[in-house]
Amino acid sequence: MAQASIERGGLTLEDLGGNRKRHRKERVVRRVFLTAALLSIAISVAIVASLAGGTIDYLSKVEFSQMLVMDWFPRRNEFGLPAILAGTLVVSLIAMVVAAPLGLGAALYLSEFAKSRSRRMLKPILETLASVPSVVMGFFALRFISPDIVQKLFGGAEFFNFLAAGIGVGLLVTPLVASVAEDAMHAVPSGLREASFGLGAKLRTTSLKIVVPAAVSGITAALILGISRAIGETMIVAIAAGGTGGSGFNLDPLRGGQTMTAAITSLATGSDRAAGSGAAVPSLYFVGMLLFFMTLGLNLFSERFVRRVRRRY
Amino acid sequence: MQARVVATGSAAAREEVRRALTGRRADWRSVVFHGVLLLTLLVALVVLLVLLADVARAAIPVLQERGGEFVSSGTSSLPVRAGIKQGLIGSAFLMLFVAVLSFPLGIGAAVYMEEYAKDTGFTRFVNTNIRNLAGVPAIVYGILGLALFVGLLGDVVGPGSVAGRSLLAGGLTISIMVLPIIIITTQEALRAVPRSIREGGFGVGATRWEVIRSHVLPNAAPGILTGTVLSMARALGETAPLIMVGAVTGFFVAQGGPGEQLQERFTSMPTLIFAWTKKPQPEFQDLAAAAILVLILAVFLVNLAAILLRNRYERRW
Repeated sequence: MAQASIERGGLTLEDLGGNRKRHRKERVVRRVFLTAALLSIAISVAIVASLAGGTIDYLSKVEFSQMLVMDWFPRRNEFGLPAILAGTLVVSLIAMVVAAPLGLGAALYLSEFAKSRSRRMLKPILETLASVPSVVMGFFALRFISPDIVQKLFGGAEFFNFLAAGIGVGLLVTPLVASVAEDAMHAVPSGLREASFGLGAKLRTTSLKIVVPAAVSGITAALILGISRAIGETMIVAIAAGGTGGSGFNLDPLRGGQTMTAAITSLATGSDRAAGSGAAVPSLYFVGMLLFFMTLGLNLFSERFVRRVRRRY
Repeated sequence: MQARVVATGSAAAREEVRRALTGRRADWRSVVFHGVLLLTLLVALVVLLVLLADVARAAIPVLQERGGEFVSSGTSSLPVRAGIKQGLIGSAFLMLFVAVLSFPLGIGAAVYMEEYAKDTGFTRFVNTNIRNLAGVPAIVYGILGLALFVGLLGDVVGPGSVAGRSLLAGGLTISIMVLPIIIITTQEALRAVPRSIREGGFGVGATRWEVIRSHVLPNAAPGILTGTVLSMARALGETAPLIMVGAVTGFFVAQGGPGEQLQERFTSMPTLIFAWTKKPQPEFQDLAAAAILVLILAVFLVNLAAILLRNRYERRW
């Protein structure tokens, strides 16, 4: 049809529009892709919905005052949130003490100092570190960091301790911090650096006084993202921090205890799943909900920061 | 200062200027700073080497003694008989799930977001949502799997004695977990394809899907592939969600063909390692180390593939 009208010399808009079959196919394809995209919203809804049921169950069974006691032993009817919050806080803090200097240092080196050849050799090291499975890092923390580093340095350290777990989490978070921070430093326009060099500044002064301040919101975002990841990390703490079944309130990094994530796993793996009060299993959903909203808040916050640094230049 | 004639642009001139500006002194503080920064990067390397050496020290005797039998035996309460066969099968199945479910869905969603969706408030909301999903802790995905697949759909995914704690439930959970990562990396790969490539396609009268299929996807393929390969590595090493969904941490006997196995109990390499790590007998610690060596080599190989792929096909427009 189209062929015929072209031969006669009259080309209409309809000919250019292609045939109807192509358009129908186009619409179908578009709809399929839209469905895939909408699935992500369904997942978010499913997460909140699956957490909500157990959380409501838990809140109806446990008084708020019961959550303020110091110890977390759900099977003994002790739901002291301070215990697992303290564990999470201590481990995340130690993790960031490790990950912040290592990650930011590596980012600054890769972004400002490394030549493209050494960069291509050094970056895969960080990526390989990022790919170490968390059980493996947990095993390493328990079998090496705890006895050979922590216990050798600090005589009174227990075998299961927050310090070893925190160092393990920190090492796992380091590549994430490095990669986000490096993106931020990379986004600083080279005009700023050249202006600094032009005034006779050294590479060290330029990177510390020009690049780092200019990328500060991206760097902050990297650190917040790191904290969020450290809070959510499960296997390392479940393996190296001890506290199976529950734990008392403990802020001492040389002793063990339980974090929010480890509390969830130990509830799920415990063989006496049915034992204890009826609120033990629902408490797992409640802790999950807390964890979800804590990391959600941190992620949203760091997302804002990243967008701000991008808009500036 | 005495006047000297040096040809401009020559190496000698450059050296002359450099010396005049730096005052002939080596700047020790800069050197130290440079060294400290390099050190932070090398810590990562040292950690990796120590980790590998430490694991290998415990693992190699086991692997030497047990050899292929370690790979071909199933779970057992006796350390001398326990092996990683079921873990390997479980992990292979889980990766298959990701490949079959998450790849098409993730790439489809990314194509919609980058190629079809207009920049509306809704689009931005969906994008933020995807980014947030990528930041949700893995264990929360485990709770989702526990409530949705084991609880709600238990009769479908694993009827009978396993009460929903089946390979199907685990595979679905892991697939949902890596989906946002695949979407984000694919979006980045699509964004890197310049407009002009698309315009070339539209210029000859192709519809949007035809342009995507013939021009955009082939050009974005290396980036998409790298991202998806990395998400495979993630799926391979993930443990926490599987523990929630009920991957077996004890011993079990796998029966039936592949089809039936989907609705049966399962375990995976990381779950097996976790279980062995928690066992009191010291022999199991060495078994865990041996299994770690196998797992870590698999993960590193997958990662290496991704890095090589990227270096090979990386293109600047």
